Amino acid sequence: MSLELKTNIPDMNGQGASARGSNAPKLPIYLDYQATTPCDPRVVEAMLPYFTEKFGNPHSRNHPYGWEAEEAVEKARAQVASIIGADEREVIFTSGATESNNLAIKGVMRFHKDKRNHMITTVTEHKCVLDSARHMEMEGVDVTYLPVQQNGLIDLERLKAAITPKTALVSIMAVNNEIGVIQPLAEIGKICREHHVYFHTDAAQAVGKIPLDVNAMNIDLLSISGHKIYGPKGIGALYVRRKPRVRLEALIHGGGQERGFRSGTLPTPLCVGLGEAAAIAQREMGAEAERLRFLRNRLLDGITKALPEVYVNGDLEQRIPGNLNISFAYVEGEGLMMGIKNLSVSSGSACTSASLEPSYVLRALGVEEELAHTSIRFGLGRFTTEQEIDYAVEQVVSAVKRLRELSPLWEMAQEGIDIKSIEWSGH
Amino acid sequence: MTRQIYMDYNATAPMRPRAIEAVAAGLAQVGNPSSVHRFGRLARRAVEEAREKVARAVGAVPSEILFVSGGSEANNLALKGSRHARILASAIEHDSVLAAAPGERIPVDREGVVDLAALDRMLNADRRPALLSVMLANNETGAIQPIADIVRVARAQGALVHCDAVQALGRIALDLHALGVDFASLYAHKLGGPMGVGALYVRDGLALSAQIAGGGQERGQRAGTPNLPGIVGFGVVAQQASDDLHDMIRIRGLRDRLEAGIKRLQPSIRIFAENVERLPNTSCFATAGLDAETQVIALDLAGIAVSAGAACSSGRVQSSHVLRAMGADPALAGSAIRVSLGWQSEERDIDEFLTAWGALLARHATGGQVETAA
Repeated sequence: MSLELKTNIPDMNGQGASARGSNAPKLPIYLDYQATTPCDPRVVEAMLPYFTEKFGNPHSRNHPYGWEAEEAVEKARAQVASIIGADEREVIFTSGATESNNLAIKGVMRFHKDKRNHMITTVTEHKCVLDSARHMEMEGVDVTYLPVQQNGLIDLERLKAAITPKTALVSIMAVNNEIGVIQPLAEIGKICREHHVYFHTDAAQAVGKIPLDVNAMNIDLLSISGHKIYGPKGIGALYVRRKPRVRLEALIHGGGQERGFRSGTLPTPLCVGLGEAAAIAQREMGAEAERLRFLRNRLLDGITKALPEVYVNGDLEQRIPGNLNISFAYVEGEGLMMGIKNLSVSSGSACTSASLEPSYVLRALGVEEELAHTSIRFGLGRFTTEQEIDYAVEQVVSAVKRLRELSPLWEMAQEGIDIKSIEWSGH
Repeated sequence: MTRQIYMDYNATAPMRPRAIEAVAAGLAQVGNPSSVHRFGRLARRAVEEAREKVARAVGAVPSEILFVSGGSEANNLALKGSRHARILASAIEHDSVLAAAPGERIPVDREGVVDLAALDRMLNADRRPALLSVMLANNETGAIQPIADIVRVARAQGALVHCDAVQALGRIALDLHALGVDFASLYAHKLGGPMGVGALYVRDGLALSAQIAGGGQERGQRAGTPNLPGIVGFGVVAQQASDDLHDMIRIRGLRDRLEAGIKRLQPSIRIFAENVERLPNTSCFATAGLDAETQVIALDLAGIAVSAGAACSSGRVQSSHVLRAMGADPALAGSAIRVSLGWQSEERDIDEFLTAWGALLARHATGGQVETAA
C-alpha cells in the first residue's frame, strides 16, 4: 500500500521557502515545538509496515505474526534505551509522558509510603507531575515543593536540606517545558544516591535535545514522550532502574506485560515509531543543537536589537537551544498574540494556555503578573528555517512597536515616570 | 512460501485500508489539541469529529466517550475510577478486569454465560452499593452475555454496570443507551483500527476519578496529549465497522462451515459455548488427547495462525481461566484452540484450515508424530 505523506509543516514536504526561491515562508509558521513536534517522515516510514502487513499482536505466542511484532517492539526498546544509556530491560512502554510521570510518582510512593511517606518535587514541574504529587498528598504522602531561583534552576542546598529519613522520591524535571532551562541532573542524582532516595526526572523535553546518561547521572526513573521527539503521539516510556532495583506499583493492571509495571497490548507501530525517533535524535542531536542555537540567537538578537524592555525568562545558558521565552513590557498580552497571529506560538504551556491565569512557572521565577501575561514561548525545532525566524522577528518587532505606540503607560515610561510610584485614583 | 492465513482476529486484526489512510494523515498533521493556535484548533477538531463517529457507532453521545490508550486502561479506569468498595466481576472477564477488581466473582454456567440467579443472590446477600463488571462477549469462546438482564438485576439492587465491549464492537450491533450500562470499554485494534487507542463510555451524569492525572484533558478524567492519529483512525474504523456489520453474516457463514467441517472430521469434538448466543467470528473447540500446543505448531507449519488461548496473557503457559470457570475438564481445556475470523477472512481459508487440521487429526489417530518446526 502506498501512501502519500504530506504534512502541514511546509518544509517537511521539500517545498519550504528556499525551495520555492522566495523569502516568504508559508503561513502560519509553527513555532511551538515544546507543545508537540511533527512526526518525522522517516519515523512514519518505519511505522508503516506495522500498520499494513506486519500487524500482529506482539503478545501472540502461537504464530509468526506475533513473533515478528515482538521482535520489532524489542528493537525499539533497545533504541529507546540507547539514547539514555540504559539497558533495554529497563525500558517500559507507556501511552506517553503523562502516564510515565503518573506511574513513576504514584507507583513509587504507593509502594513505599508505609515506610517512607515523603517526596520532594519543584513548583515548576509539568502539571501532570504536580497533579500526581497532589494525589499522593490525598493518600497521605507529605510533599515538599521546592522553589526555584530567579533563573528557574533549583538550589541544590535547599534540596539537600529537604531530604529526610522519610524521603522516598525526588522528582525534578530535566528541562522545563515553558522556559527550557536544564536542571543540574548529575548533581541532583549524586545527592539522591548519597541519601538513598530514588531520583525520577521528567525528561519529556530533554530527550534528544541534551545528552542524558542514567548511570552517569544516577537517575532511577526517567519519563520519555514520543511526540516531543518527532515520534508519534500515544506512546512514551518510563525508564525503571534494575540495579539497585526500583520497586513500584502498577497503575494499569492486567495481563502483566512490561515486567508487570504496565499491562495492556503494546501498540507495535507506535513502539517502532518511538524507537526510530530516538535513534534519529541520538544520531543528529549534536548538529541539530548547533543549528537551533544559531536560529535561537538570531531570533533573540533580532528582537532585542530592535526593542528595549524585553526580558528573557529563565537562564539563557542552562537552556535547550530550541526554546526562547520572552516577556514584553508595556504591551497587552492578548493584543500581542493577535498581532502575531501568523506565528503559532504559545503564551504558556500548551496544557494550561486555555486558561487566562498567568503561567505558574513564570510566577515561580518572580516574574510580575503583567510581564507573565505578555510572555511568549518560541519553540524552535527540526523543521524551523532561517526565513521563518527572520519573518518571526519582523512580525514580533512591528507588533510590539505598534502596541506600545498606543500605550499611555509606554509614553509615561518614555518620559521617565516611574509607573509603580503612581497612586491610581479609585473608581 | 505457503499462503499465510490469519485466524486470530480476537488477538488483533489487520488494519482496514481506510483506517491506515486516516492514521497516516493523522501522523502528518502537526499540532497539540490543547494549543490555542490554528494547528491546535485543527487538531482539536479532528479529535472531536472522531469522538462523534465513535459515539454514533455505539449508540452514545460524544460527551460520553473518553479516549484512552486501550482496553486494559479503559477497564482499569472504569473499575478503579468509580471508587466502589464492592466490585463483582464475572469469572470469565479479561485479565485486566480481574486484576483491577480483585474480589467477588460471578459464576458462569457450562456454556460460559453469567448465572443470573447467582448474581441476584450475591447482590441480596450484601446490600452495599456495588459495581458489576461483565463483558459483552467473551474473547475466548465468543459467548455473548445477557447484559440487558444483568442491567435489570443491577438496577433493582442499586448497582452500576461496567461492560467490557472490546470483543463485541464491530461484530455485533452495539447500542449502549439501549443496553443501559453505565460504563463500557472499547478498543480500536480488534476491529481493524490502530493499536494504542481505545475509549471508555461513561454514561451521562457519571464521572470517574482520573487514574492518569495532569493537564485536565478528556473532561478531567484522563490526562495526556491525545493520540490524534490513533483517535482519528478509531473514528474511521468504528464508523466503517458499524456500516459494514452485515459482513458478519458472511463471517458467521464461514465460522459455521468451519464447525461443520471439524465435526465431520471429529464427531466427538467439544465446541465451547456452542449452544448459546455467540460472536459470529469465534470458535473455540477441543478434542480430548490432542493438545493445543501440538495443533498450534502443526497449523503454523501449514501457514495458519490460530491461538491456544488469550494472547494477552504475555506468554504465560496456563490453562484458560475462562474454560475452567465453565467447568471444563483441565485436560480438555488444555486441548482447546481458538479460531477467530475477520474482515479479510475468506472461504478458502476455511478449506485450507480443514485440510491441515484433518491431516493433523489423521496423524494423531494413527499415533504418528507431529512434525515439529525445523
